[in-house]
Amino acid sequence: MVEVLLWGSLAESAEGQRKVAVEAATLRELLDGLGERFPGLRPELERGVSVSIDGRVYNDSWFTPIRPDSEVVLLKRLKGG
Amino acid sequence: MALDDTKKARVFKVVGTRPDRPDGIDKVTGRARFGADMVAPGMLTGRVLRSPHAHARIVRIDTSKAEALAGVKAVVTRADFGAVPDHVADILDNCMAGDKALYDGHAVAAVAASSAAVARKALKLIEVEYEVLPHVTDVDAAMQPGAPVLHEGRQQETVPEGLSPNVIARSEFGHGDIEAGLKQADRVIERTYRTAATHQGYIEPHACLATMSSDGQGDLWVCTQGHYMVRNTCAAILGIEQGQLRVTASEIGGGFGGKTTVFLEPVALMLARKSGRPVKMVMSRSEVLRATGPTSSTSIDVKIGMTKDGKITAGFAELRYQGGAYPGSPVDMGAMSGFAPYDLENVKTVGWDVVTNRPKAAAYRAPGAPMAAFAIESAIDEAAKGFGLDPLEVRLMNGADEGTKSSYGPTYPAIGLKATLEAAKSHPHWTAPLGENQGRGVACGFWFNFGGDTCVSLNITPDGTVTVSEGNPDIGGSRASMTMMAAEELGIPYDQVRTIIADTGALGQNDVTDGSRVTFAVGLATIKAAQAAKQEMCRRAAMVWGIDEEAVEWENGAARPAGPNAGKFPPMTIKEIAAVASNTGGPIAGHHEVMAEGAGVSFATHMVDVEVDPDTGATKILRYTVFQDAGKAVHPSYVEGQFQGGAVQGIGWALNEEYIYGEDGILQNAGFLDYRIPVASDLPMIDTVILEIPNPGHPYGVRGVGETSIVPPLAAIANAVSAAAGVRMTQLPMSPPRVLAAIQGKATA
Repeated sequence: MVEVLLWGSLAESAEGQRKVAVEAATLRELLDGLGERFPGLRPELERGVSVSIDGRVYNDSWFTPIRPDSEVVLLKRLKGG
Repeated sequence: MALDDTKKARVFKVVGTRPDRPDGIDKVTGRARFGADMVAPGMLTGRVLRSPHAHARIVRIDTSKAEALAGVKAVVTRADFGAVPDHVADILDNCMAGDKALYDGHAVAAVAASSAAVARKALKLIEVEYEVLPHVTDVDAAMQPGAPVLHEGRQQETVPEGLSPNVIARSEFGHGDIEAGLKQADRVIERTYRTAATHQGYIEPHACLATMSSDGQGDLWVCTQGHYMVRNTCAAILGIEQGQLRVTASEIGGGFGGKTTVFLEPVALMLARKSGRPVKMVMSRSEVLRATGPTSSTSIDVKIGMTKDGKITAGFAELRYQGGAYPGSPVDMGAMSGFAPYDLENVKTVGWDVVTNRPKAAAYRAPGAPMAAFAIESAIDEAAKGFGLDPLEVRLMNGADEGTKSSYGPTYPAIGLKATLEAAKSHPHWTAPLGENQGRGVACGFWFNFGGDTCVSLNITPDGTVTVSEGNPDIGGSRASMTMMAAEELGIPYDQVRTIIADTGALGQNDVTDGSRVTFAVGLATIKAAQAAKQEMCRRAAMVWGIDEEAVEWENGAARPAGPNAGKFPPMTIKEIAAVASNTGGPIAGHHEVMAEGAGVSFATHMVDVEVDPDTGATKILRYTVFQDAGKAVHPSYVEGQFQGGAVQGIGWALNEEYIYGEDGILQNAGFLDYRIPVASDLPMIDTVILEIPNPGHPYGVRGVGETSIVPPLAAIANAVSAAAGVRMTQLPMSPPRVLAAIQGKATA
């Protein structure tokens, strides 16, 4: 299981939980797992998110491995100028 | 040949030096070709008819008289575009209005004609019947329940019930308990700050030249930050396959985020399709200001609690950003970045994305972050000074470090914030004396930095020189940086490598030149492409020598036997290997394609001295120093240029620049005479200090540097002006009338 920290307003869509546990070994499994377990998160996931894994931010690499003890933070989709 | 690029302590030979820029001669002699410089046989001139109203329903458009005018070859309205995929629907609507004109300057029709004069005459012959609607341009007014509504049904599920449909989204970030933190404070600063919309101010207007042949293939020459984005977006809007549209990026006269979307390009292609002729379109400065993307104007509440010894016990900010006529202001980025420089137990930010009758906001260098930093860094400054504390020491005491849980969630790896603060503290600027009516300000800033889809192809020519093909327009010196990294990796001189920007037909997908991503991501791909070429050259040398390729290594631009057991052969240089490439298997190249992740965040501290004229309210920048972490500075002169450019744009944002709308919702200052960006005579030399805390996610330790430098200036200058004027400034720009009014208000208070 991987523990995922959700940003504040997402917690309301995840039964009020700021931290949720998801069975996932990759980024794709993580995002799929979150959407399945918390349907309220799906609109935000579909709009696009970024994920910080151990302090490094990932956007699209589905098969980025996630260790069970990794720090995982779901972020708003990051974009620059 | 074994390659390990991540663990070695590297001594650089080319990276870190300051060679001449490869585009220098072209730029100073006028040979460089920008967006408006391309011509084609039979080319037509395209022009756009724009709404004179801030908000109006388009009842009817009659183009018949324009179409009948001699010399007019095509007229386009929204009716010419079919249904488009959702992800480009707002983009198309911004390029060509549908049912409603949503802001002053919104495109409603376009013509292609044999000359500019005919095109202008044709625009006057297009009859548009408008039903003028109430409008709103202020972010706070747009959030009110009774405000004029731009769109129905666009509100996200994140917005509580009862708010105006103009409120598109709400987001919240942070951790801890704000109220508990505030109770621990000896002093709480609570203020509202406002910033004006500002434009990126790039000198080159938008321009393109489009052709669409009868077989459906198109070509586009365009000034853009991302020609692959232009290809993909235009193909979706025009309903053609991406492979049928080839886009070539011109040289670019500035972008700063403002050229990360399309405005003219789909219209030019549609005019070309309808007319069967090449169509060139060039915006005027007025069009650039009225109809391209400035940044958001904002309204921000901040509450900060601090103990008397300077510890920040709680930080709260509520940020309201209007993003113009369509959803997507950068408020999330502001809400995530504002407190990012600090290690806080209790921190919370709330962001509101709001639409108004203004042009759609585009990215502007660290989009969303400078405004948040202005508000938060101003409040920290005020709290620190209220206790008579040194504002640098307070920032050091509360500064984030490796292991800090950031305000937006992740725990930081090694970061450089405190290094910038320590460098500022020990710099002579910090202790230099100040005179009457002068003040000094400091502020910190943070930016995320990005990677993204990237392709590089590196080709060894028959004479052993090297061509690097990359897919990102050179907006900040990337050709020099890629050339240097390729030369470094190959062990050859800088002048033996040339980097070109390839068109969309030559490489796979490349993300836009934004997010400070290019030196990081394209640099990474360039290094990997060079490594692939080295590996192949070692293999060729091994063939020539008749030894195993694992017994060959690359050093100083040549293949060499890896040790005494490999055999005694003189090194084969890159030129010698290239000369026999046809005999050893054919041309030699290396390439690398990657979704680059792992861009390292970056921090900066800015220090500025100002003098405020108490009689006029005018502010003069006396001295300015930038301290920023660059990871590894590949070409330090370009890094310094990025630092200086960010500071200068911040000076304009802080002191003068603003979109001014009349009661009628019409932009009042759509030109550089009335929209005043800084000029050389406004500025001192911007001093720079480069810190190098390597990014572990890049082989050379590179971090992005292009955006962080615009994050602190608004706050640093506000803190300096407030000190000089003796009154806290909470609204930008701090133009002379506003500062004078604040001084006079203080005198009468």
